[in-house]
Amino acid sequence: MTGLRWYLAPFTSRPLALVGLMILITICVAAVFAPLLAPYDPSRLAPEARLLPPSGAHWFGTDQFGRDTLSRVIYGTRLALVIGIGVVTFALVTGVPAGVFSALFPRIGRIVMRMIDVLMSFPALLLALGLIVILGRGVSNAIIAIGVVYLTTTCRITYGLALRLRTETYVEAAISLGAGVAWTIRKHILPNLISPLLVQASFVFAFAQLAAASLDFLGLGAPPEIPSWGNMLAESRILITRAPWLLFFPGLSIAITAFSLNLVGDALRDQLDPRFRDMIAGPRR
Amino acid sequence: MSYTLHRTAAALVTLAFASVIIFFFIHLIPGDPLYVLLGDVATPDQVERLRSKLALDQPIFVQYLRWLANVASGDLGNSIFFQMPVTQVIRDGAETSILLASITMIWITLIGVPVGVIAAMRHGSWLDQGLSGVAMLLASVPTFWVGLYLILIFAAWLGWLPSSGYPSIFEEGGLANLRYLLLPSLTLAAPNAALILRLTRASMLDVAREDYIRTARAKGIRPARVVFRHILRNALLAVVSAFGFTFAALISEAVVTETVFALPGIGQLVVQSILRRDYPVIQGIILVTVVLYLIINLLVDLSYRVLDPRVELQ
Repeated sequence: MTGLRWYLAPFTSRPLALVGLMILITICVAAVFAPLLAPYDPSRLAPEARLLPPSGAHWFGTDQFGRDTLSRVIYGTRLALVIGIGVVTFALVTGVPAGVFSALFPRIGRIVMRMIDVLMSFPALLLALGLIVILGRGVSNAIIAIGVVYLTTTCRITYGLALRLRTETYVEAAISLGAGVAWTIRKHILPNLISPLLVQASFVFAFAQLAAASLDFLGLGAPPEIPSWGNMLAESRILITRAPWLLFFPGLSIAITAFSLNLVGDALRDQLDPRFRDMIAGPRR
Repeated sequence: MSYTLHRTAAALVTLAFASVIIFFFIHLIPGDPLYVLLGDVATPDQVERLRSKLALDQPIFVQYLRWLANVASGDLGNSIFFQMPVTQVIRDGAETSILLASITMIWITLIGVPVGVIAAMRHGSWLDQGLSGVAMLLASVPTFWVGLYLILIFAAWLGWLPSSGYPSIFEEGGLANLRYLLLPSLTLAAPNAALILRLTRASMLDVAREDYIRTARAKGIRPARVVFRHILRNALLAVVSAFGFTFAALISEAVVTETVFALPGIGQLVVQSILRRDYPVIQGIILVTVVLYLIINLLVDLSYRVLDPRVELQ
């Protein structure tokens, strides 16, 4: 088992990873306290203050409807977290049980892993778009669509990890001594899955940000009234030459969030048991 | 031989299951499949003809087989919007998409591999850490955001390159029309080059730990020769397989890039077809992409066997 110290160790020796962690904490704080931090109502229209460049009154400027960009960026942290937490939860809740049972019951496992192969033969963005066509636009549907994309990698990684754990001497010993499946899973498999899956979760969280931003940008993600960073870019896209600053901050927010998650995931991955480290995959293509 | 057969069979099984999913795609969209495929303005005559062509009064299993037979004979149905065969619509977008993906692959190779080798050779140094950091940053930045600012700088401000569109190289302008693809390909290449860079670096470091590398060094082979002849050659095995996946993935990743640069490729066609509710086109593109992905995947698997005789049938 691993304690809090294990998770914090890599951040003391890697300043960049520590910065990433602090940025993520800042984002969480901004999401919770958005009404207190935002200087204006994010959806307040102000026709007299349209397309203002950054200034003392509007640090990030205003958009074509006179809405304050800083306030919208702050409120955008909320959807970023909802999408990230939603996708990670979906991928874990579906992928982990499927992976663990596939490893313990090879007969079911062969079928399940074949199904995962089939899902993986669909390129990531196309799979998500196809699901959006069936489900319709919306935040929860975007979470499901991106979640299905990442349940595949999560299931495969869990399967690979559980297979290895299954052949560990202490697990074989427990089973030959008459340990039940439920006991083996709870006592030996799940505790050892926690840290590798935490690393995987931080990467999935990062990719989910980029995938959701793409859906928003294409007009197929969150509804337009929600101030998400992707929606802000989609709405102001045609104004890139007239008001170049307008797109800078929402895009930067997406980049910084994904970058921080990748930094944290990378730092934690280097902490992992080397036998498990290589199983954590890159982005699902 | 049995390896080749086994891999091919596995790909065909995957394709069979994938085709079932793609077939049901139309049925999962809310509404009568006939009107999903024909649009709201279909005439009764069209409806009747399609009903008998797709065997919609037969059990779903028969419908699937009928659809499969049509697909196998190259009939992917008709586009509601264009009122012409889906195969024709896809073929019209293919030039842009294939050229965009090919040029992007050139950037990925020219940037990702050499920089990855340099990072690995300077393993642990500030240069290595800096390059790895930049790679991770590039993989974290939304491509459409980068694309929009490239348009602003190189098209709007400097006026060096066109901001959008792509006239075919077979039309007026000829090969010079490729300049329309310069910014889009760089945009698309950035995150992918970063991934190849990281993979090349990791793969080089893995191979460098092998016993035969220690042997080569102990024999007194020049360090440069060890790096290029022994380490790089073996490290590239993993990179080659990633190239295959990357090329297939680019077709789907180009959806966003083609939209930003208004390129008449398959990626933009997907988005427009979704907005137009032109479902036959979406279904056709998904099918073509999955087949392409599986073929490339299979070729990578088979070439792997040739490149690395150690690969055994699992």
